[in-house]
Amino acid sequence: MKTFRIGGVHPPENKLSEKQAIEVLPLPEVATIPLSQHLGVPAVPVVKKGDSVKTGQLIAKGEAFISANIHSSVTGTVTKIDDVVDTSGYRKKAIIIKVEEDQWEEGIDTSDNIIKECNLSPEEIVEKVNEKGIVGMGGATFPSHVKLQVPKGKKADFLLINGVECEPCLTSDHRLMLEKAEQMMVGISIQMRALRVEEAIIGIENNKPDAIKHLRKLAENYKGVSVEPLKIKYPQGAEKQLIKALVNREVPSGKLPIEVGCVVHNVGTSLAVYEAVQKNKPLIDRVVTVTGKDLKKPSNFMVRIGTPALQLIDAAGGLPPNTGKVVNGGPMMGKALNDLESPIAKGTSGIIVFSDDESERVPMQNCIRCAKCISVCPMGLEPFFLGLISDKQRYEECEGNHIMDCMECGSCQYVCPSGRPLLDQVRIGKLNVGKMIRERG
Amino acid sequence: MSLLTVSGSPHFHADSSVRKIMYGVLISLIPATLVSFYYFGLGAIIVTLTAVVSCLIFEFLIQKYMIKGPITIWDGSAIITGVLLAFNVPSNLPLWMVVVGSFVAIGMGKMTFGGLGKNPFNPALVGRVFMLISFPVEMTTWPKPEPLTTQIADVVTGPTALAFASFSPESIPSYQDMFIGNMAGSLGEISALALILGGIYMLVKRIITWHIPVSFIASVFVFTGIVWLVDPSANMDPVFHIITGGIMLGAIYMATDMVTSPMAPKGMLIFGVGCGVLTVVIRLWGAYPEGVSFAILIMNAFVPLIDRGFKPKRFGEEVKNG
Repeated sequence: MKTFRIGGVHPPENKLSEKQAIEVLPLPEVATIPLSQHLGVPAVPVVKKGDSVKTGQLIAKGEAFISANIHSSVTGTVTKIDDVVDTSGYRKKAIIIKVEEDQWEEGIDTSDNIIKECNLSPEEIVEKVNEKGIVGMGGATFPSHVKLQVPKGKKADFLLINGVECEPCLTSDHRLMLEKAEQMMVGISIQMRALRVEEAIIGIENNKPDAIKHLRKLAENYKGVSVEPLKIKYPQGAEKQLIKALVNREVPSGKLPIEVGCVVHNVGTSLAVYEAVQKNKPLIDRVVTVTGKDLKKPSNFMVRIGTPALQLIDAAGGLPPNTGKVVNGGPMMGKALNDLESPIAKGTSGIIVFSDDESERVPMQNCIRCAKCISVCPMGLEPFFLGLISDKQRYEECEGNHIMDCMECGSCQYVCPSGRPLLDQVRIGKLNVGKMIRERG
Repeated sequence: MSLLTVSGSPHFHADSSVRKIMYGVLISLIPATLVSFYYFGLGAIIVTLTAVVSCLIFEFLIQKYMIKGPITIWDGSAIITGVLLAFNVPSNLPLWMVVVGSFVAIGMGKMTFGGLGKNPFNPALVGRVFMLISFPVEMTTWPKPEPLTTQIADVVTGPTALAFASFSPESIPSYQDMFIGNMAGSLGEISALALILGGIYMLVKRIITWHIPVSFIASVFVFTGIVWLVDPSANMDPVFHIITGGIMLGAIYMATDMVTSPMAPKGMLIFGVGCGVLTVVIRLWGAYPEGVSFAILIMNAFVPLIDRGFKPKRFGEEVKNG
């Protein structure tokens, strides 16, 4: 079975909610919709305080090339446009809407009918995806319409679909692959059409045999689509690692996947593309896994964007009294929330509740040069060394040692027996090297 | 509800710790320790205990009264230094020398540099070489193995196989005896079998990788093999060289000390080959019949340079499509 070659770790999977079917969460009372739910330039609001909006209506426009439209996920009145603390912990502008009875914008097909036929041209598909504000649903939230356009002079050979879900605890992609597989398949064929590729490979880790079986069966009816089971290893869901695992191509340092003829999309993104193109539905909801070992009912919820995290936790049995940390995303790469009212955004794949004793870091000791961080780094870097020189603010040296190749998967810090905050140090280094590069122009 | 912790990812930590690694090494040392107890009896037990206890006490005293920092003597590293130091001395060594050696190992070899993780040289070897230079007679008078002996003083002493090789090759024990450990020598170096067992345990537990031991032993084998082929009458064969003296102990336990060895696989290979070549050079042309300790200490000094020169292979460094 295939996997990527360098590095990787095997954290405990803890997929408590993998058997829980997706439940639709009731609407929130107030929806807080951040203007920056994607990588790139924040969207510009096109509504103002006091406006009433319908579900699916455009409320902010992505005007730059790398940006994305934002639509109202609820029906109601805009009460204010203000700074809120979003799930990344930063204060960002958001449109706050007081929710009334759900009324969808005209033209959106909310039925369950599956429309398989698509005769749009690649340009029309890209336009549609752009218009409906689709972004990468795996967590990086890169605007999808950008990724569906092959730059001049480049050619895409493969569309790779990421159903790896290598993060422990998370099960939202797994449930999607089981419950929305047909729609996802149509979405994949639309993406293939936009990219003009003949072959699409869906990569799924071997801990989801039911999803592999189900998608394989469906794939028989879709030309050029195949399913590839992958050996379980974190971080296989990382774009470069997935490409290496599936087609054995190595994206050069600092380059994009298209350099080696690949385009990678998450399974959730394929579903969103289907809904945008075939049903005219903008990206206003998503599946979020809510889990934690002391949570009464770990679940997978279909949630409207802008719902406060606390509402999901309440629906999963309420916040346990021993809660020490709440994380947005997976336990390896997710961000700890500093406000439980932070809204669910397009890139929120999970809310994980940690108990007090799981929240503490192990005490830090001297580095004993065990070299475990080197052996697990999927990018072949030397995390202990990057951490050391970043700590000493030797940022030019950081750059020379390819600190920018780090994708912050956290494998180094995960294995470190001395409990050293390697990724914290590397992040600070990356921040400063990034600043240096920008200043150079 | 109390305040929430907000910290950077990752939010999971592997079930690993310095203590676990160190106690893993100690478990792997059990076979070799038992063999030394079997062949050298009470003397071996007393020397080992003395070394371990004095290493612990010296580390404690230094941490408590000189550094005035946290006491970390139970992380296992001082115990390992003690055991390895004992492994490198004869079982009838006067105990005060063992205590002095432990002091040098812990005090000069380790704590001067800032404790575990900061020392450039293997502490046990620093102690051992100090003793070898200071007490050359006592350090090279080895008792003959006598299973389950309880005698400490007045044991029958004899030269090691390596020493035999230089003046009376016919008295060398059989390879089988040497492999099991039935020969004169330092406490822990006698049984290649027990050391290899311990090495396999550490490999399985992923405490060490194969790079250093294999390249070390292989380069000794190849180098002495060439010399032997050139003139079989004047030189011992390569099998003899790898199962005698401290090669096994050095290659499996001393050179692989993670603090004082390179971190990238390529660097580890260079380091292992360097140790092997230097050992053979010292053995064949040096003043001492045994060169492992010196070879490893010399290579320890090169580690920062090796680490700088040999980086791991990066992802996306060379474009390989296929």
